[in-house]
Amino acid sequence: MRVLVCVKRVPAPGAKINITADGQAVDTAYLAFTTSPHEECAVEEAVRLIEAHGGESTALTLGPGDAEEQLRYAASIGVDKCVLLPIDSDGSTGGDWDPQRTSDAITTAIQGIEAADGAFDLILFGNESADSGNFQVGIRVAHGLSRPMVNGIKGIELGNGGVRARRESETGVEVYVLPLPAVLGVKEGINLPRYPTLKGRLASKKVALHVVCPSGVVGGQQMITLVQTAEKASTTVVLGHGPDAAPAVVDLLEELGLLK
Amino acid sequence: MTILVVVEHDRGSLAAATLEAMAAARRVAADLATDVSALTLGAAADAVASVLAEHGADTVHQVHHDLLADYGPEAWGEAVAQAVRALQPAAVVACGTDRGNEVMAQAAARLGAALVVNCNTIEVSAAGDATAQWTITRSRWGGSLLERCTLVAPVKLLTVTHHVFEASTSPGAGSVLPLPVELEAWLARTVVAERVERAAGVTLSTAPLVVGGGRGVGSAEGFASLEELAGVLGGVVGCSRAVTNNGWRNHTDQVGQTGTRIAPDLYMACGISGAIQHWVGAMASKQILAINTDPEANMVTKADYAVIGDLHAVVPAITNEIRRRRAQA
Repeated sequence: MRVLVCVKRVPAPGAKINITADGQAVDTAYLAFTTSPHEECAVEEAVRLIEAHGGESTALTLGPGDAEEQLRYAASIGVDKCVLLPIDSDGSTGGDWDPQRTSDAITTAIQGIEAADGAFDLILFGNESADSGNFQVGIRVAHGLSRPMVNGIKGIELGNGGVRARRESETGVEVYVLPLPAVLGVKEGINLPRYPTLKGRLASKKVALHVVCPSGVVGGQQMITLVQTAEKASTTVVLGHGPDAAPAVVDLLEELGLLK
Repeated sequence: MTILVVVEHDRGSLAAATLEAMAAARRVAADLATDVSALTLGAAADAVASVLAEHGADTVHQVHHDLLADYGPEAWGEAVAQAVRALQPAAVVACGTDRGNEVMAQAAARLGAALVVNCNTIEVSAAGDATAQWTITRSRWGGSLLERCTLVAPVKLLTVTHHVFEASTSPGAGSVLPLPVELEAWLARTVVAERVERAAGVTLSTAPLVVGGGRGVGSAEGFASLEELAGVLGGVVGCSRAVTNNGWRNHTDQVGQTGTRIAPDLYMACGISGAIQHWVGAMASKQILAINTDPEANMVTKADYAVIGDLHAVVPAITNEIRRRRAQA
């Protein structure tokens, strides 16, 4: 089978996110970069599916040239092929990559790859990206390709020409049974991604990088600026130190009506 | 040019988050001097019309179709897209829950229209005018960063960030109208096929009290004292991403951007440093008490209350104090 996994390069923030002076981006001067968490699990799931069923996995990203790092990471844990849709700060790939433009470019790139190498049986996305969190690129791509799509998936089983996908809800677990080819949005918790081995990291450097120039129609959502959230004004009330603080904590529980 | 709210429900059981979308829609409708209507999908949701009227729906459009008997993102998205074409609303609003965002994205893809998700503020410059500017503040990074953006589209598709708009009543006329849709049989391919129902009880997202543990708990076994405290208070245990990454607890217990968003009356965060990833999942809590050895930890400085100390000593002491007082009562 053929599995495609679409990933996004995002900053890895710690306790606070700072914004650049022009308000257009996250200040990444002191930040590392990573694969968006849901997608890290999607990469692991793609590798496991190929290990179990045979075939070939491909990772695709739309992002700056440096996003090659996230493709190499995917290759280091076992993805076979890498596709980069590079964007720039200016020129035809400059400007804001809103969700419509992004999904348009990814859909077109997938159609091109499939025309050359054959259709993907399964395309995996992350449930949403960690940074912009637009919750829609995977769904738009699936619609563009006329394929079934369910988001929020925490379990995948292949069989009988289809895929059984599980997702958690308020009342339990929902099971969807989709015909292949299909698209799924994966949520963290579906697996615990492996760490790349040294051998895997060395091998990943030899995986060929297929570069496709992205092209998508600009959509209706246009960013003006990023804004910091308001800092909490009040100070923290310290109830005490060590186990001696227990009575003060229980007083608080009583006050809040939580001690029934 | 009504403001249309897409009603979220599970086989007729109304999701409370919908009432937040109703509150947001009423504000936008007031700015545009128009009315609010609601869209319910599936006959099982007919019964919620009266609640929607209490929350400001002047019209409730009810869609009946066999394919809408249970949830399916494609069938629901297609039904919303057809409703938008038929009703031509100025805007469509849902709450930014898993289902809310999913259905709206399916509808947006079908309409070829922009969708702005997880909106915190919605400003419309000129009332009722086609040239009106829509300026939105929306949540990024799970809500730890905001984005100001404009939305240019013939119909504005929006979801509002969960827990940002407060549900409130405001009577609407509540006229009920059937809305016909045509759904092709193949849309059944993404309708829920089976379910495993969980035993009834409080869950992480609905619990009034959550006891959370982080890296400071140290091991899977270390959670025993947190379980005990949650047990005596009728609460639920949660954890940070570091804990699930270490395999100490299942991912279903994870509070955070990629886990569960909680909104309890009190969140007791034990041995949690408070990285962005965790904070955004906990910030809707009404009160936060941090228990940490480090007084400078992000969780401590952002909390309402703190106990400085080792959770392994503090947590059992709290449990004992509760038992002591109950024994005296």
